[in-house]
Amino acid sequence: MNILNEVKMSFPCKSRNEALARTAVTAFSAQLDPSVNEIGEIKTAVSEAVTNCIVHAYRGRTGNIELVMRILDNNVLYIKVRDRGCGIPDIKQAMEPLYTSAPEEERAGLGFAVMESFMDKVTVRSKEGSGTSVTMTRKILSDKADT
Amino acid sequence: MPVIIDTEENTVIARLSGEIDHHTAKELRTDIDLAIDRLKPATLILDFDGVTFMDSSGIGLVMGRYKMLKPWGGSIIIENTGNQIKKVMRLAGLDRLAVIK
Repeated sequence: MNILNEVKMSFPCKSRNEALARTAVTAFSAQLDPSVNEIGEIKTAVSEAVTNCIVHAYRGRTGNIELVMRILDNNVLYIKVRDRGCGIPDIKQAMEPLYTSAPEEERAGLGFAVMESFMDKVTVRSKEGSGTSVTMTRKILSDKADT
Repeated sequence: MPVIIDTEENTVIARLSGEIDHHTAKELRTDIDLAIDRLKPATLILDFDGVTFMDSSGIGLVMGRYKMLKPWGGSIIIENTGNQIKKVMRLAGLDRLAVIK
């Protein structure tokens, strides 16, 4: 797949930056002219991925989150959210709806379920002790009937 | 102010506004919980009219309040949710814990 455009960002794992990541992805994907519904769903997926890094990967420690946004052929938006945190010991379990390892923080255990339902494809790679990367793609349709 | 709290007899109304994510949910729940603790209301109304964005942190917020009200059988009514917010709530099966209007 050709990369038609690419922006890379890195920011510290502060919860304040969840809104920053959403704003960045909204601005970047504007060039694909998404509908209001599409951008709402993409923003939500990115918010979940970044929140996971803060709540789970770094758990109150400091560290950086890397956000890579690409435009690929055929109006496909590619997003990668990467951390160098603790890693996920059991990816299958972590992706199960309603499973959470942080109930005391009132996490609903729906982060990955939201990402999977709002994006076309979600791939999680993780290694304990070295971090996690979440890659998501979504084809932006030019049909604006849903706005 | 991300939340304005109104109280009527037996009811706490929380009018939420802005973006609900992991960052803002903490502050929202502190304000709502103060009113719940004080009044032990039969009904908590969460008004989403002013909410422009919500991720699953909003689900955690509703589920947490549901647990708080449970000891005295209080219920939650969710009002004025937009499309994107409704979609996240439906995904979570929140209609089993609260009335979504």
